[in-house]
Parts: sequence; C-alpha cells; structure tokens
Amino acid sequence: MNKPVTPPVRPNTFKSGPDSAGRFGGFGGRYVAETLMPLILEVEAAYAAAKKDPGFDKEWRRLLKDYVGRPSPLWLAERLTEHCASLAPRRGDGAKIYFKREDLNHTGAHKINAVLGQILLARRMGKKRVIAETGAGQHGVATATACALFGLPCTVFMGATDVERQKPNVFRMKLLGAEVVPVTSGAATLKDAMNEALRHWVSNVDDTYYCIGTVAGPHPYPVMVRDFQSVIGEEVRWQLAEFEGEGRLPDVLSAAIGGGSNALGLFYPFLDDPSVEIYGVEAGGHGVDTPEHAASLTGGRPGVLHGNRTYLLQDEHGQILEGHSISAGLDYPGIGPEHSWLHEMGRVKYENATDKEALDAFQLCTKLEGIIPALEPAHALAHVLRLAPTLPADKIIVMCMSGRGDKDIFTVADHLGVSI
Amino acid sequence: MSRIAARFAELKKQGRGALIPFLEAYDPDPATSMALLRGLPGAGADLIEIGVPFTDPMADGPIIQLASQRALKAGATMAGVLAMVRDFRTEDTTTPIILMGYLNPILSYGAERFVTDAQASGVDGLIVVDMPPEEAEVLAPTALAAGLDIIRLVAPTTDDERLPLVLKASSGFVYYVALAGITGTRSADPEALRKAIPRVRQHTDLPIAIGFGIRTPEQAGEASRIADGAVVGSALVDTLHKSLDEQGRARPDSVRLVLDQVRGLAEAVRSGG
Repeated sequence: MNKPVTPPVRPNTFKSGPDSAGRFGGFGGRYVAETLMPLILEVEAAYAAAKKDPGFDKEWRRLLKDYVGRPSPLWLAERLTEHCASLAPRRGDGAKIYFKREDLNHTGAHKINAVLGQILLARRMGKKRVIAETGAGQHGVATATACALFGLPCTVFMGATDVERQKPNVFRMKLLGAEVVPVTSGAATLKDAMNEALRHWVSNVDDTYYCIGTVAGPHPYPVMVRDFQSVIGEEVRWQLAEFEGEGRLPDVLSAAIGGGSNALGLFYPFLDDPSVEIYGVEAGGHGVDTPEHAASLTGGRPGVLHGNRTYLLQDEHGQILEGHSISAGLDYPGIGPEHSWLHEMGRVKYENATDKEALDAFQLCTKLEGIIPALEPAHALAHVLRLAPTLPADKIIVMCMSGRGDKDIFTVADHLGVSI
Repeated sequence: MSRIAARFAELKKQGRGALIPFLEAYDPDPATSMALLRGLPGAGADLIEIGVPFTDPMADGPIIQLASQRALKAGATMAGVLAMVRDFRTEDTTTPIILMGYLNPILSYGAERFVTDAQASGVDGLIVVDMPPEEAEVLAPTALAAGLDIIRLVAPTTDDERLPLVLKASSGFVYYVALAGITGTRSADPEALRKAIPRVRQHTDLPIAIGFGIRTPEQAGEASRIADGAVVGSALVDTLHKSLDEQGRARPDSVRLVLDQVRGLAEAVRSGG
C-alpha cells in the first residue's frame, strides 16, 4: 500500500454519497413518472449486483485496456507551460500543465468508459436493445460503437438542431448501425433529446436499456456513471506519481462541465485530498451576464428536471431555459446533482469560460501542442490559461482533455469566418 | 367530504363511472381555455383535469407537448392557472378540479405558497407526474393537510411489491395508466384493463380512473365500467389543435367542437353499455 499522502484523519468525507435514496445532500433523487420507477429500481439493483461481481469489473477493464486503449496517457504540455510562464506577472512563475488524454480513447472522448460499463450491465440484465441521448454526438457515437461490438440494436435520440450542426457524428453513428432519431420538440437540442429518450423508454419498458451519457438523470445513473468515469482520476493518481515522484498529488484539477461526467471522473478520486484544488468550468457562452450561456451553477437555481433535483437554468416560473454554448456538448441547462452538492459544500469551485475564450484556447493548444482539443475541454483549457500564470512554477495542474476536436473543426471554421 | 369523494359517491349511487376530461390551461389562449373550462360540466364532465404547462413534459406525447408550448406562448403561469380555477369556482362549486403537471413549476412557485393558493382557488387534487411517493415529502404532507388530494399514477409496470406503497400514498382516487407509454400515442387494451383493475382494487378502496390511450366514446364507456372513471385528454386536445387557424388561433367553433366531443364521451359513459 502507498504511504498515505493525505492527513489520516478527516472529520468527514466528500466520497460517501449518494445515500440510499440517491441523494447528494439535497440533490439527486428519483423524480420520474411511476411507469419508469420500477425500471430505475431494476437498474439500481442490477448495478449493485454487478459491482459485487469481480467478473463484471474484469470484463469492463479488459475492454478498457484492449478496446479503448487505456490507460490514456498523461501528457506534460511543455510548450503551453512555457507559454503560461511567459505571461506570468511574477518572473519565474507559471504552473506545470498536464493533460489527461481522454481524447486518445477509442471513439475520441471519455464517454466510452461509462458506455462500456453500462452496455455490460444491459447484457447482464438481459436487455435486447439500447437507447441513448446525445448532444454533440460523442455519447451517441460511443453508444453506437459499443452496441456494434456486442451486436445490440441501438437508437440514438438527438435534437434536430444538433443533427444539423454535428453531421459527421450523425453519419458515424449510422455507419455503426445505429438509428438516429432527430428530436423536433422544444428547442430540438440535448435536453429535448433526453426527454424523448425517457419517453421512448417508458414506451418500451420490457426490452430496452437506457444508456445515459452523463452524471445526471434519476438515481442510480449519476453514481453509476461517476463510478465508471472515476477510472480517469484513478489513473491520474499513479501516472502523476511516475512523472513527479511517489506521493505527489496534483495541486489543481480542471475539467469542463456540461452534465459533468469527465469532470467528476477526474475529481472524485481526489475529493478527500484537501491539498488538491478542484475547478469545474461551465460554458459561459456569450457571457454569464447575458441570457446566452449554459452555466447552471453560476446562473441557475435548484429545481427538478430529468429525474433529479439539481441546479437548472430556468425562468422565474420554473420553465426550463435553453443553454447556449459554442460547444454542443455543454449546452445542457442542468448539471449532475453531485456537482450541485460539491458546489454548495465549497469543495469544488465552479468557474466559466466564454465561447470566445474557448475558441482562443482551442487554437493555442492546436498550435503549441499539436493537439486539436474538442470545444468542451477547450473551456477547461481557457481556465487553465488564466490560472497557470498566477501560480508558482512548482505547482502542478492536471486538466482533463476529455475529447478530440475533429468533430468541431466545422464549427470553429465557421466562427473564424473560414469556409471549408 | 371533499368534492372528489362526494362526486364519486354520487356517481356510485347513479351506478355509473366518471368522465374526466383533460385540457391544458391557456391552450391556445386564456379566454378560449376559460370558455372551455366553464363549458365542461354542462357538456358532461364529472371531474376536470387541468394541465399546468411545462417546457419539458416527459410523460406526454406530441399532442400535449404542443399544447404546452401553445399555452406557454400564450403566457401561462402557475398564478394564471390558479386564477382560472378561481374564476370557475364563482359559478361551479361542485365539480372537482384536479391540476396535473410536473414538479418544477410548483417548486418554483414555492410548495407551501402553491398549496395555500391552490386550496384557496378551489383546486381539489393534484397529479404531479414526476413526484413518486419516494420524493413526495416536499409537497404531499402540506397538500394533504390543506385538504388537497394527491392522486397517484399506477402503471402496468407497478408490480405487486410496489403497489401498496404507491396506493398508501394516494388519496382522492387512483389514476391507472392504461399502457406503459406516454399520453395520446396508443390505444388501451380492454382485456389487459379487465385484469389490471381488480389487481389494484385488492389493495385500495379508493375509486380508480383509467387514463392514457382512451380516445373514443366506446373506449371511455368501457373504461368507466371496468373502473370508476375514464380520463380523456389527448383526443380532446387534438380536436382543439385541429380547430385552430394557420396562426394557431382559436376559431369561432373551437370551443363548440371540443365540448361536442365531450358530450359524445359523456353519453357513452352514461349509457351503461
């Protein structure tokens, strides 16, 4: 066993949630129609049983290694580190920046980690088909991929607006054999896709597994997706020790947040290490002082949507507002309930980055590191670029590079006024 | 005795079940919606369900989704919906009114303030679709103390283990969801209902109404005889929708078309098969 690197006694833990009702403090729960309630309970029981089965974990880890390509590398971004040092107000400052390369996973993002876990679960439960919602299409592609691997029919619900702006991923899903259903209700984006997936699930209760893409939705999804994604932070723990010496923890963690699954995957294993400062970065859109953003914690208040109580973008009457972000993966009006709790506990600090900051970070990263980031982690990078120059050179920042940016080049070109 | 209990007792004496029409408040505009509400008892509604518009009605099919959007566009708010009920109560003190909707607009209004205002406006019961018994603490105790019934959905997926828990948390009547699905998309299967309703009856003395998938007078009549009442929603909302002009505005005959349909349903419920 490793030498303990945290004070041995802590008065409490940030890792004990959720309780048996699926709550993290006042957040989470199971706010679903009675028709769905028995299904949710069935998923919960099946997941509890799977967690106790070493064979389940073994099979999941085999897939992560041989199919996904895990562990994903931890990359010391030297040129970005130098860049930040050159901007440091005090000579000699500038924290060291590492990327956790989830973009190198098969399918190009962190989503596949939790999808494989859930598809294995669906198989254990004897489910014959799988449905999923998707925004940018990353979760849809991951789900379609896993379904192709296991020969399961797959239906992906995607807002019609997103179908239009994420054409490459739509085609990818179709190639993988999935049916893509454009959702035209509401504003035809991610939240409406999730509504439609829930409606479809209610109507096909016997044979269908709903594979949720983030740490939101009714219990047990937030905890289940978090558990699977925690592989990210667990790897960072030993990988950083290989670079920096036994016991060295990061000083800062940073990750972008839509629903918040890559962030929680990175954060969770470090929640009880008080020396680690943790930052979640929400999508600031055109600015959190405008109506055009997707920063649920900064600009929202608690409410109930999609089966859980959490911070939501909503009007004074409790009607849900549309999130806006340049990144289709972040424009969700809610956030995982555990993030809401961590926010209220003050354990994680939630900041935001605007569309423009993300675009700038996207370009800088591409030029300096030869890594084209997805627009989602470009938000985290924008935060890192603000923070790193203000920290001493012996500080270490680990940022989750949650996905690759190939899917976003059309959007970026559009914003830069380039036609391709 | 509550208005809901009184109405079911009275119908039992008459030897028939209840017709419970559903319409979305403010659809397509407040005046038309109010005219429909006022006309419903005369057209044969025994109880009335009023939908409270929400942006994300996850248990509803396209017909009621569109109605919610029209209603929100027409300016629907919780305060506005309660004002409609208050207006209705100036003329009708006996027909029970049930609000059906989702939890977030209630929480946003403030659960306690909502209960106080709903009770004062003449609301009799609440159906909160996304509030299962496990999550009811936030609203149910206050509502019940104020005399508002919490009407619960029981679904074909609600198994025998779960049924007592759901029924214990129910008051007023039980809303049996005829099919595992969303509103207004499929038709209920009478054979399945003949098996399902006695299963629910074993665990409760409350009246049972059947909803989801009841569209025609024949189906309503049959459901009202298998159980104690039939809820018809999407079929009426669809009629209203189809009566609107190209801009989505009510036409002179919109109200009449919907109320005529209610009359047809009421006749089937009253005819005794």
